[in-house]
Amino acid sequence: MFESLSDRLEGAFKTLRGDGKLTEINIAQSIKEIRRALVSADVNYKIAKEFTDKIKDKALGTENVLKAVKPGELMVKIVMDELVSLMGGQAAGINIKGEPAVVLIAGLQGSGKTTFSGKLALHLRTKRNKKPLLVACDVYRPAAIDQITVLGEQVGVPVYKEVENKNPVEIALKSIKYAQDNNHDVVIVDTAGRLAIDEAMMEEISNVKNAILPNETLFVVDSMTGQDAVNTAKAFNEVINYDGVVLTKLDGDTRGGAALSVKYTVGKPIKFVSTGEQMDTLDVFHPDRMAQRILGMGDIVSFVERAQEQFDEEEAKRLEKKIRKNKFDFNDFLSQLAQIRKMGDLKSLMNMIPGMSKMTKNLDIDNSAFNKVEAIILSMTPQERSNPEVLNISRKKRIAKGCGQTMDDINRFIKQFDQMRKMMHKLSKSPGMAGMMGAGGGRNRGRRR
Amino acid sequence: MSFFSKFFNNEKKEDLDKGLEKTKTSFLGKISKAIAGKSTVDVDVLDELENILVSSDVGIDTTVKIIERIEARVARDKYFASELQNILRDEIVQLLAENNTVDLEDYSLPTEEFPAIILVVGVNGVGKTTTIGKIAHQYKKQGKKVVLGAGDTFRAAAVDQLKIWSERVGCDFYSKGMNTDPAAVAYETVEYAITNKCDVAIIDTAGRLHTKINLMKELSKIKRSISKKMETAPHEVLLVLDATTGQNAIEQAKHFTAATEVSALALTKLDGTAKGGVAIGISDQFKIPIKYIGVGEGMEQLQIFNKRAFVDSIFTGTPQE
Repeated sequence: MFESLSDRLEGAFKTLRGDGKLTEINIAQSIKEIRRALVSADVNYKIAKEFTDKIKDKALGTENVLKAVKPGELMVKIVMDELVSLMGGQAAGINIKGEPAVVLIAGLQGSGKTTFSGKLALHLRTKRNKKPLLVACDVYRPAAIDQITVLGEQVGVPVYKEVENKNPVEIALKSIKYAQDNNHDVVIVDTAGRLAIDEAMMEEISNVKNAILPNETLFVVDSMTGQDAVNTAKAFNEVINYDGVVLTKLDGDTRGGAALSVKYTVGKPIKFVSTGEQMDTLDVFHPDRMAQRILGMGDIVSFVERAQEQFDEEEAKRLEKKIRKNKFDFNDFLSQLAQIRKMGDLKSLMNMIPGMSKMTKNLDIDNSAFNKVEAIILSMTPQERSNPEVLNISRKKRIAKGCGQTMDDINRFIKQFDQMRKMMHKLSKSPGMAGMMGAGGGRNRGRRR
Repeated sequence: MSFFSKFFNNEKKEDLDKGLEKTKTSFLGKISKAIAGKSTVDVDVLDELENILVSSDVGIDTTVKIIERIEARVARDKYFASELQNILRDEIVQLLAENNTVDLEDYSLPTEEFPAIILVVGVNGVGKTTTIGKIAHQYKKQGKKVVLGAGDTFRAAAVDQLKIWSERVGCDFYSKGMNTDPAAVAYETVEYAITNKCDVAIIDTAGRLHTKINLMKELSKIKRSISKKMETAPHEVLLVLDATTGQNAIEQAKHFTAATEVSALALTKLDGTAKGGVAIGISDQFKIPIKYIGVGEGMEQLQIFNKRAFVDSIFTGTPQE
């Protein structure tokens, strides 16, 4: 459904060829396209407007530069650079100096505060050698205290709670005393979700902040947030003047324009991104990836990461060996299919590869495309699966019956399989290939040790 | 008098107004600014209108659609800019009406059959469990026997959260504990509802991002296992959407519908500054009616979606008596 910015711009520049010069008139349409692309990615419309005005000035200022570059490409580059510089700046760490250091977590309901608190606790404990304490200050939502207790157990960090106490200021204050007595060096105070227009609740979080004087206050925002991100970010900033922003749920397919809206509005750095429900899925923020994501330009890094997530190192080594010996069989093929499937929807996968979105736009990629192939393999006996050579006419006939397809289908598939197998074998013998087939394996070997 | 008095008691109306108050003032302010000093609807007014709609998360596609309709109307007959509000309201109501959003009169069960089975789905943190608590409360108030099925066996303390809601509401509760198979929980909840002659069973599920293939498959499995116990069930699959969500909500609706044939929407957190305009977009693209709106954390703060009341509250403030 989303077109990438480069596609949109290509259309806008169709009328303008060869020249390569950007003028007020010929970029008007593309400026509009950029604005719409940003708004479709949930960037606040006002910000999108201000941003595109800036882009316009920049683009007109580059008149005599790069005559060789196509205007569309030049525009995309300008937009990218501007986005990155806007969201990037200096990488800002979190301040955990103090005895103990206090980190206050705030945000809307359902933005992912408690899950993030757990992740941060694990991060500090394992990566920074700290002895954190989690504090349960959500006294409102049913079972909120239980939730953080469970998370605390999962990450091996104790949780300070007072089940009967309904006063978050008191709980927070006492937790700091408790931390001092028990040698905790970081206190992470998780608070209840609240709406920015709820005056009583906003006063409460302000009171908590003034009482505990945190070293670091983090505002947690759901990356799927729409136009309202600006209002919320501003309102929270006015009340608690936070030090940094945490973007959650980035493992979905949201374009994440909220990141730009928030950064633009309050100017506070995005310090962490959260990408899953597992406790170790906490990452630092990459402005360039975020910019590509907002513009729908494919995210090759995430693609590789997702592939690696599903990648089994042992399996890869085993496969590499088999290919070298020309022993790649139907069982291996099946397990490869399964791995690809695990990575997700085919079309969304392909869209992550830069340039692919244009090709797949009008292509209806059916996730069941593999079903036919799978059916054929599943109609084979174990012996046939591990020894493709034994397939003769009568076996093929039986398979055709078993999977409900024609002999032609079976023959075609087996021929394709043979070709693929030969190709892989050949490639595995060429020197450059050693890395490629075992791409994940090779890299992981370097990375994990 | 007006239909509002029929559908909304005063208390409810106040809640909706309060919830939409922020939305209202900004919308109205913007529109009056857009049409100030204009005698007819011209391109500038329409451009400003585009900004207004887009800033409410209506989304580019739906906005363009609405603008085109208005353009067509303006081209047919000359309108004054001051009439814009009415045209706009008409068009949005129309859009919602075209897309199957039939206003309900009451918190009625989705079927005549007993027990009625409702499956609740959505991404993480949209307010599924809270919405379930509120719906259960409404059914309970009608004297119905309700059971809540704790199908979120993954997120820490989710079962406890639902249990507390069941105690608040005073209804039955079925759980197999944490980290159990949610499809089994769903199956057995239906079984429980049948054996104990419940009127309705509402089954919670763990929040999941629509991009996680395996989790979406799990959801389809949960639904299948419900049908296994009771062929006609689930009678309603309720997708809960967060009003603060932007255009990604459309993708959510798409994938959840593919996995479970969503039959109704609930829009939560409308008491904030978010406008929930994406609901119009979703209603435009999928034939799924919006059934409930959530306007607060309290047990009573759930309302039946009424398209005219919703659109009116956005555009003109208090519904006219």
